[in-house]
Amino acid sequence: MTNFLTIDFPAILVAILTATTCGLLGNFLVLRRQALIGDAISHVALPGIVIGFLITGTVATLPLMLGAMGAAVISVGLIETIRRVGGLESGAAIGVVFTAMFAAGIVLLEQTDASNAHIDAEHALYGNLESTLWLGLSSWTDLLTKDAYASMPRELGTIIGVTLAISFLIVTFFKELKITTFDPGLATSLGLPVRTISNVLIILVAVAAVAAFDAVGSILVIAMFICPAATARMLTDNLARQLWLSVAVGTVASIGGYILAAFGPQAFGSQKALSAAGMIAVIAGLLQLFTMIAAPRYGILTRFIRYGRNKKHF
Amino acid sequence: MFEKALAVFTFQAGYNTSIVMAGVVALGIGGGVIGVFPFLRKRTLISNAISHATLPGIGLAFLMGITLGGTGRNLMLLMAGAALTGALGVLAVQWIKNHTRLAEDTAIGTVLSVFFGFGIVLLSHIQTLKGGSPAGLNSFLLGSAAALTAAEAQLIAFSAAGVITISIIFFKEFAVVAFDEDFAAAQGWHTTRIDLIMMALLLAIVTIGLKTAGLILVVALVIIPPAAAWFWTMRYNRMIVLAGTIGGLSGWIGGTVSALVPKVPTGAVIVLVAAAIFTFSLLFAPARGVIAWGIRHIFLKFRIAETCGLIAIANGFMPPDTLARKIMRWRGYLDINGKLTQSGATAAEDRQRQQHLWFAYQERYPDADRSLNPLTNGKIESVLPPDILAELENKTT
Repeated sequence: MTNFLTIDFPAILVAILTATTCGLLGNFLVLRRQALIGDAISHVALPGIVIGFLITGTVATLPLMLGAMGAAVISVGLIETIRRVGGLESGAAIGVVFTAMFAAGIVLLEQTDASNAHIDAEHALYGNLESTLWLGLSSWTDLLTKDAYASMPRELGTIIGVTLAISFLIVTFFKELKITTFDPGLATSLGLPVRTISNVLIILVAVAAVAAFDAVGSILVIAMFICPAATARMLTDNLARQLWLSVAVGTVASIGGYILAAFGPQAFGSQKALSAAGMIAVIAGLLQLFTMIAAPRYGILTRFIRYGRNKKHF
Repeated sequence: MFEKALAVFTFQAGYNTSIVMAGVVALGIGGGVIGVFPFLRKRTLISNAISHATLPGIGLAFLMGITLGGTGRNLMLLMAGAALTGALGVLAVQWIKNHTRLAEDTAIGTVLSVFFGFGIVLLSHIQTLKGGSPAGLNSFLLGSAAALTAAEAQLIAFSAAGVITISIIFFKEFAVVAFDEDFAAAQGWHTTRIDLIMMALLLAIVTIGLKTAGLILVVALVIIPPAAAWFWTMRYNRMIVLAGTIGGLSGWIGGTVSALVPKVPTGAVIVLVAAAIFTFSLLFAPARGVIAWGIRHIFLKFRIAETCGLIAIANGFMPPDTLARKIMRWRGYLDINGKLTQSGATAAEDRQRQQHLWFAYQERYPDADRSLNPLTNGKIESVLPPDILAELENKTT
């Protein structure tokens, strides 16, 4: 039980909170056809961290996160500039910017002593969910005592704060986000600052990606931006319901994926665990596959059955 | 230092370095050429889904190699596995895009993260196996061109040549689909099939480039050179040649730099060289570059001001616009005191006549090409054939 509380419980909590934050924002990315901006942002976090480290010389969370934030904002700015000034299509602009920045990050990493300071590309990609330990926890009742929170892992603290802030913003500005997402023309004519809302949304995506990626790695961040939102999109036409569903899907994928990765191998008699971040992405993908096939209204199978029934009817 | 650089640059710096150089140059050319088609098709980022989707294939091939009793590091086997799941990834993107309500960017994001996630799970499993250190597999992530063997370089060169040949064979098909998909479909082309061939070529280049550039950066070889070439020309065939050249050049310079400076990953340097060429093209290319565009914009503004000024004069007004007056004074249409000169009067009259002709032309042929207009083409005599011109003259007088 203690093992579960110190090792598995915080990791699952981090995964669920990541899924919630990224999933909520992901709905808007998917609806605005900006899903790949999330992809680009989570890739440029690496050069950001390396530069953050080179400037401050420490591996403390704050400078690295600021570096990653800076890189994210710069990359989005570059993508927009290349798109507007150069007239390049947005997919190509994204591709040019994130590969160039990632390459710069790798060269910096290899050329400086950053690679000795426990910063490496693999870590940035996979994350390390399993090393999120909450040592002060020995029983559930400890959660009610003050002391336990002193040893709370910092990744958990960061992600709790970010999740609360982003959820609050989305609930407060729900109406504005909804109008600007579905009908920017109407939003402009109503006097809403469409461009500003879009920029703030991208900055929130960057914040979420940076807060999450230290714990879970950039690939799981991308999966959480896209898969739960896409799954929810297959299930409903109502934006509020879609947001709730995406959180639910993300939570199910996090718990299921973690349990399968941590305890699945034991069922086959192996003591080693699999990568939890990877497994959560896989479960999220499987859930999405299931809804793409069998969603009540938009699933391929259900559409096919309805088509057959209509044919008979006629 | 310089002599050494020259030696590497001209393939004279020893057997190993030359092999690496030949490999990366071939890869750069192949990536640049094949990248043009998805670029024009506005589907560049599908290469990102492909490259990430190769990871589970690499893991599976490694596991299979071990089960068959080898070390699992057979490059052919690993590449076959990579190609297999990469192909699955492309098909998955197509399937999601065509059969569900989700858009292509969502499809790409889903495929790349889920396939890669599965790949990571496999790698974490391989790590727990006895003797199954994934050290050799990690090089697929970030690439290791320095470890290229002669056989591998040969494989890259042959595959790149094959990919280029096939793309030249399908030159017309790709162009039709890239520029007007609906037209292609209406003309009876099998657009889906053509798309799949394009994706297969992309997959081939990504797979052979994996070990050299790494799976995150290999996409840069098919994205950046075509994007840079786009700024230099408006013509499809020239763009292909240019993209291949830019890709090859990036490989050549990048290979040289990484051979000279210790501890630089070749793939990343090649990408940075390509990105530098891209930035230069974005700014300075004459066809679509930012500066050239700005200069053209200014000239257009001058021409509009001049035309408006002359027409105002022909109708008995003085142009109120100071820019127009400045240009006309510089042209000698107005003298120092702002009085109309003889040449100015002639020019104004001529301009007025031109304007009438243009209006008459647009009235007579309303469906004519709208890009034919006084501002982009200047004198009407240089654009329209004499018979139409005579007809218009009759109409206006």
